[in-house]
Amino acid sequence: MMRLTLARRKILWAYIFLAIPILFFAYIRIYPTIFAFQMSLHDYNPLAIEHKYVGLENFQKLVAEFNNLRSPTRAAFLNTAAYVVLGVPIQLLLALAVALMLNEIRFLSTFYRLVFFLPFVTSTIAVAWVFRMLYQPQFGFFNVILQAFSLPQQPFLSRPQQALPSILAVVIWQGLGYAVIIFLAGLKQIPQIFYDAAQVDGATRWQSFRHITLPLLNPTLVFLIVLQTIAFLRMFAPVLAMTAQGDGGPLNSTTTVVLRVYREAFQSFNMGYASALTVTLFAIILGITIIQLRFTSRNIQ
Amino acid sequence: MKNFKFSLMILALLTILSAGFAAAAQDVVEIEYWQYFFEPRETAMNMLIEQFEAANPDIHVVHNSQIAYDNFRDEIAASAPAGVGPDVVTLFYGWIPAFVDAGYLVPLPEADFPAEWIESYFSPMVAESKFEGSYWAIPTAVRSLAMFWNKDLFEAAGLDPDTPPATLDDLVAMAKQATVYDGNGTDILNITSEGFAIGMSAQDHHWFREVLVRQFGGVPYSEDGRTVMYNSPEGCEAFKYLLSFEIEHKTGSNDLFTDVTEAFVNGNEAMHIDGSFRLGTIANNNPDMNYGVAELPVGPNGERSTFGSYWTHGITRRAAADPARMEAAVRFLQFITTAEAGTLWVNEVGELPAQLEAASDPAMLEDPILGPFAAGLEYAHATFFVDETVQRQVLIDAYDQVRLGGMDACEALNEAAATEQALLDDFWAARGS
Repeated sequence: MMRLTLARRKILWAYIFLAIPILFFAYIRIYPTIFAFQMSLHDYNPLAIEHKYVGLENFQKLVAEFNNLRSPTRAAFLNTAAYVVLGVPIQLLLALAVALMLNEIRFLSTFYRLVFFLPFVTSTIAVAWVFRMLYQPQFGFFNVILQAFSLPQQPFLSRPQQALPSILAVVIWQGLGYAVIIFLAGLKQIPQIFYDAAQVDGATRWQSFRHITLPLLNPTLVFLIVLQTIAFLRMFAPVLAMTAQGDGGPLNSTTTVVLRVYREAFQSFNMGYASALTVTLFAIILGITIIQLRFTSRNIQ
Repeated sequence: MKNFKFSLMILALLTILSAGFAAAAQDVVEIEYWQYFFEPRETAMNMLIEQFEAANPDIHVVHNSQIAYDNFRDEIAASAPAGVGPDVVTLFYGWIPAFVDAGYLVPLPEADFPAEWIESYFSPMVAESKFEGSYWAIPTAVRSLAMFWNKDLFEAAGLDPDTPPATLDDLVAMAKQATVYDGNGTDILNITSEGFAIGMSAQDHHWFREVLVRQFGGVPYSEDGRTVMYNSPEGCEAFKYLLSFEIEHKTGSNDLFTDVTEAFVNGNEAMHIDGSFRLGTIANNNPDMNYGVAELPVGPNGERSTFGSYWTHGITRRAAADPARMEAAVRFLQFITTAEAGTLWVNEVGELPAQLEAASDPAMLEDPILGPFAAGLEYAHATFFVDETVQRQVLIDAYDQVRLGGMDACEALNEAAATEQALLDDFWAARGS
């Protein structure tokens, strides 16, 4: 019989304990993911018993829809790209600016952090509904303010040109607190001694920021870029709650890939096609994440 | 020692209870019934189930009505793969083709529900849901569209509070007169109280398809429901009429006051087209509103039409898998679709009885609020939907293409028809017929 050393036995026990969450994850998260891959190759109606194997037909339909200028699927992919391309940089720039300021203040600093973090812990649906009211074309808060300054009223959510930025603004605002807190944690990690040394050398505040803060904040930045990109790619609830009947309108101007997945799967019962969309989104997220990690995570000396 | 005695007592109690259940289970067939949550519907169905179980002591009905309206389809879709769910299900009539296509519903047995009986006993729109030669569901109640008008807003605008619009021309004239602007202009954003507004995502896509298109001399679909025909010159005239309220006359918009339904319920819209189910919303949210209900305005040739729809009850393949459950489901379905059930339903829920016998009750026809809806049942049309969500969306988008995108009305309608036709073709191609 093999005799285990104490250290080996410890490791063995660790694996035994880890097995439980791993089994849980395998069943709750990994198995459904694999199942989605399988569904994407079938004509899968959730109400039906038999699901016909259709090969890559669902993916061919996806390509055809993407090439159709008016299709909601094309709009969903393009809008999702717009949410990411606009949302991630704007949110992170704002968050960094706020974090730098919060890092300076001492008086009431906890209160200010709380104010920025509060939206993040509020229910997305509640936030979306409140903003839907604030955006009302006539008597909504924003238009009342505009009118008070004799500025023209804005349609916000009710016009294709303004609807996406209007929703994006809410999402950026709501997620800002999270990015601020992570940035603050990153800033606290930077030893004060570097700044003191720079000051002695006569560096300006900008130079300190450019050559000390930014490089040393890089791991935090990478973490946030990856996480927020994934979050924007998976955008769903705010659009569902802020558009009429949750249709991602007007004229598909705000719809997202995940919203399409939901509508195809549960309103049209095209679970196979919805899975094909999911698998495609999964591939996109995976690809973008790998590229981001490769290009942004270099070690700073 | 004390603990031991206590455990023994519990054990004895459990044995007796389980034996009792086992004995009961042998005699009583249990079936499950599902509907979406709406309190009056839940109450009405509980009353029907109580009566049914008293008359049929060998059947027990489990009533699941704790599903939010918006999630109802999701819940059914989630239950089906798990092999659980209802034996008798209440579904929107427009879902029948999709549910049949999936093999989820079984045809109503001809012996228990003869086609002749269905066609003579129920409102004609029920027969329109015959699919591939069979009936798959029958309803307790039906609903139709009618014109709601706010008498106080009429009076304030100098209109006779007791005269609703009788024709489509009246509707335009009265909508213009009843619209109140803020004094800085007469654009949509200057409106402080709407005359009449179009809400395509509410009921107005139905009003367009089944009412306006017909009144302007067109037909929405071919006889067999497989070809879209509303994109005819007549249909386009109807569509332009629909668009004129917001684009030309500026009498209201779905963008104002949250949406058209909220606008009317909160007293910000003088006229509004809606179904009988809205009576309950008004009673709950604005019980003091002084309003009336009239039949929809007639068309240029005096033609009447309205859109009829209903939530209907079908038997699922889960029930059909077991003869005893199937028999229980048939008896339950028969019980909840009688004229008596229809009468109970109208009193509790406010939806009209689906049975001609109960719907022709003189007291109901004379009722100033229910009467106009009941009158509409005679000439109501129910659209044959294969995917209601998508078929509604194409018309919402056509309307928005003109309103927001500046597209030509006929072109937008053609585009909608092409998208919808592709959907219909796909559906029928997959049915292999």
